[in-house]
Amino acid sequence: MVLPDLSIALPEIFLAVTAMALLMIGAFRGNKSTSLISWLSVLAFVVTGVLVQIEAQTSVTAFGGLYRDDAFGIFMKTLCLGASAFAIIMSIDYNRREKLARFEFPILIVIATLGMMVMISANDLMSVYLGIELMSLSLYVTAAFKRDSVRSTEAGLKYFVLGALSSGMLLYGMSLIYGFTGTTNFDTLADLLAAGREGMDLGLLIGLVFLIAGLAFKVSAVPFHMWTPDVYEGVPTPVTSFFAAAPKVAAIALFLRVFISPFGEMVAQWQQIIVFISVASMILGAFAAINQKNIKRLMAYSSIGHIGYALVGLAAGTEEGVRGVLIYMAIYVVMNVGTFACILSMRHRDGMVEDISELAGLSKTQPYMAFAFLLFMFSLAGIPPLAGFFGKFYIFVAAINAGLIPLAVIGLVTSVVGAFYYLRIVKIIYFDDAAEGFEPSSRTQSVIMTASALFVGLFVLFPAPLLEGASAAAAVLFS
Amino acid sequence: MLDWPILSTVTFLPLVGVLLILLTSGKEESSARNARWVALWTTLFTFVISLFIWINFDNGSAAFQFVEKGNWLGNNINYHMGVDGISMLFIILTTFLMPLCILASWEAITVRVREYMIAFLIMETLMIGVFCALDMVLFYLFFEAGLIPMFLIIGIWGGGQRVYASFKFFLYTLIGSVLMLVAMITMYFIAGTTDIPTLISYNFDPNLQLWLWLAFFASFAVKVPMWPVHTWLPDAHVQAPTAGSVILAGVLLKMGGYGFLRFSIPMFPDASVYFAPLVFALSVIAIIYTSLVALVQKDMKKLIAYSSVAHMGFITIGVFTFTQQGLEGGILQMISHGIVSGALFLCVGVIYDRLHTREIARYGGLVNRMPKYALIFLIFTMATIGLPGTSGFVGEFLILVGAYQVNTTVAFIATIGVILGAAYSLWLYRRVVFGELVKEDLKNIMDVGRRELLIFAPLIIVAFWIGIYPDPFLDVMHASVLNLMEHHDASLQAGQTLINASK
Repeated sequence: MVLPDLSIALPEIFLAVTAMALLMIGAFRGNKSTSLISWLSVLAFVVTGVLVQIEAQTSVTAFGGLYRDDAFGIFMKTLCLGASAFAIIMSIDYNRREKLARFEFPILIVIATLGMMVMISANDLMSVYLGIELMSLSLYVTAAFKRDSVRSTEAGLKYFVLGALSSGMLLYGMSLIYGFTGTTNFDTLADLLAAGREGMDLGLLIGLVFLIAGLAFKVSAVPFHMWTPDVYEGVPTPVTSFFAAAPKVAAIALFLRVFISPFGEMVAQWQQIIVFISVASMILGAFAAINQKNIKRLMAYSSIGHIGYALVGLAAGTEEGVRGVLIYMAIYVVMNVGTFACILSMRHRDGMVEDISELAGLSKTQPYMAFAFLLFMFSLAGIPPLAGFFGKFYIFVAAINAGLIPLAVIGLVTSVVGAFYYLRIVKIIYFDDAAEGFEPSSRTQSVIMTASALFVGLFVLFPAPLLEGASAAAAVLFS
Repeated sequence: MLDWPILSTVTFLPLVGVLLILLTSGKEESSARNARWVALWTTLFTFVISLFIWINFDNGSAAFQFVEKGNWLGNNINYHMGVDGISMLFIILTTFLMPLCILASWEAITVRVREYMIAFLIMETLMIGVFCALDMVLFYLFFEAGLIPMFLIIGIWGGGQRVYASFKFFLYTLIGSVLMLVAMITMYFIAGTTDIPTLISYNFDPNLQLWLWLAFFASFAVKVPMWPVHTWLPDAHVQAPTAGSVILAGVLLKMGGYGFLRFSIPMFPDASVYFAPLVFALSVIAIIYTSLVALVQKDMKKLIAYSSVAHMGFITIGVFTFTQQGLEGGILQMISHGIVSGALFLCVGVIYDRLHTREIARYGGLVNRMPKYALIFLIFTMATIGLPGTSGFVGEFLILVGAYQVNTTVAFIATIGVILGAAYSLWLYRRVVFGELVKEDLKNIMDVGRRELLIFAPLIIVAFWIGIYPDPFLDVMHASVLNLMEHHDASLQAGQTLINASK
């Protein structure tokens, strides 16, 4: 049956067709249509989002088991689509001002998002690789998008070389898994592993390690994080804001899907690796950020730390843990979008600035943006009653219930260290004497800032929708 | 009993004031004036409403009263509020001190007045919330969230070293709290709920109790603060604006003591007994050591800050005697210390506003120019020493009676602390108020004005009221304290039987 299969992948097909249509518009109308294409891409994301929601609520597979659609996918895809849409909206002003307004940019983001959706829905190592490469290749191009800038091209090249290496590792891991089990399909793998795995332990384990390494690169977890600070700093800020959110969500989704479903039987084997990666990420994220002077670099280390926290939930390996990760990622995306909306508003008359010291006395010159920034910083630090606290709370509930108390303690202690550098930003904004004020932030930036700030501040009052959505999504992986 | 949710009303009423302040706009000058008045009326109104809690409070019942319950996070984490005889007075203390803080900041704060008032009103909501919360997660939420406004209050409106002090305050408290969070999650995992009344009646495994107790201790000991984790307090106090110091000493420190009463003792009775000697030792060291340190301070606020540490040492001793006198004395001493040390910081604030220095050596002979001030300062100096007839005496006396029943050595050393307390307080008073008025810039100093008298009058009344007729305060506690002790004994016996049974 072909048609039912296609209907399962309808959102992806729609997005792919839209991307091509937008490309045609761009090709015929040139760069002056950039803003039109940007908004059309956002619209496409919205439509895709709706299509995702009206998908079948039960778990179904398509294309001969390559592809799966379920509540987990709906949750993660919605998150990715939202993050990408905001990334495009935030880029419009910036690109126009920095003379980067090229119509390819939103289209590349659309294609990258398509890749993420394939990753999230993948039910086979083949489709995993397909999705990852589609996403990564688009990301490499966006990284080097500001091609006149040495920093941007260097960042793009660095990202490409290291990314290619990680893809190689991923592929090598996959081939080992295939070699020792004879299948790439997740369902078959799960059955096979459940039935016992005599004679394939070692090869499978090595394959798994390579798989983890490849995925850890995509989420920029220690020790595969080296590219992150340089790339975050080098690429144009809207690209950084995009990198920090949607691709991370997709890669974490893949982490969850792969390790809970087919390799769920091998928890004992992969758990300690994940624990190490997560501890190392949390520690590095907390300590390395302390001395950063560039806000984008600081956010890079902050994102490494946050991925460490998210992986704590995976390390728990329980349904509760997965739920915690989902809640965490949703909140993380909003905090990040909001923070980058603030960062994108750090603009003097003669251009963008990225130095943290430029924020000095922001509370006097722009009290509103300063307050939003304050909320995001405290939320990232995980101080109640802001949303960031609940993200951490559910992660650590899961970790403690899974008996990983040392991991939880390390996580919480590093979050205190992390609080230091978030506080430092608050200190610069609120305690220091005013520096030269910024230009007023654009309307779109202000709207995004407000929306994110409201979410972060008021999540405590209306937590139910997100918590329930995450529960439903997490339950799927364990059914 | 009232049929409307009075606790939520009192807790969130200050936020209405915040909204009103946000709505006021206009020029710097007029918006500052509006913010002051809105904040004052809001806090006064909150205080009046909070009195209804006391009026309608049933002294005979040990159960939680005015209980409110609502769905919140699901999975047995609910919005649950309620008060008993232990927590009720702290709410009144908070709402009582807040209008005075606003008044004290009336002229002292001139920059960013709107933000200042907003921070204080948010702070009030969070502090009341801590004492009302009957759910651990809710409690933690209020407990931790208070760090944010206090961080800003110290950091924006504080003195010269404010950045260092605010960071130290924030990080010290945070590290303690996250350990408490781990313990809370563990308890949630074991008991399946974060409901405080349910957890109180849940018997945790005695061995596990030790760890949980230590984790909670990490948080509360920093908050109280106990030696040796008290070092954030002098810094924070010295750098904070006057009203910030009042709130710190008056209410924030009490959260630690309240935490012991609400969590450590009822939930971990075996561990509390096991660790009581540790608490005694730390408290005794705190009393003697910080009293000696207070003696040599050159900065008035620092001196009072160290005296706070010593006084909180008495409170922790009282609480961990598990006797009725000790517990009630501890609670009453917390209320009294909230009033008296708050008032002392206000006294320092009065002369700081005039001379902009807190250095003791810069003063002397104030009695000649400021007789009213000298009298006010004298009253509170006596109250902090614990002169009979003032609030400080009742609490300290009860604590020492309780301590004597349990451990005579502790009672003996603590009594030495009382003498030392008299020494540093009286010496401070002598150096600042008495003597010749020789310093040039003091010759034109003005006595306390009407606004300042208005601030001190209620504090003086309450200080004497507790000292002369403490029954209304003690009556509130009796039922809850007795219940706490009965429960404590019962769980100890249950634990004992368990241990015997396993032998």
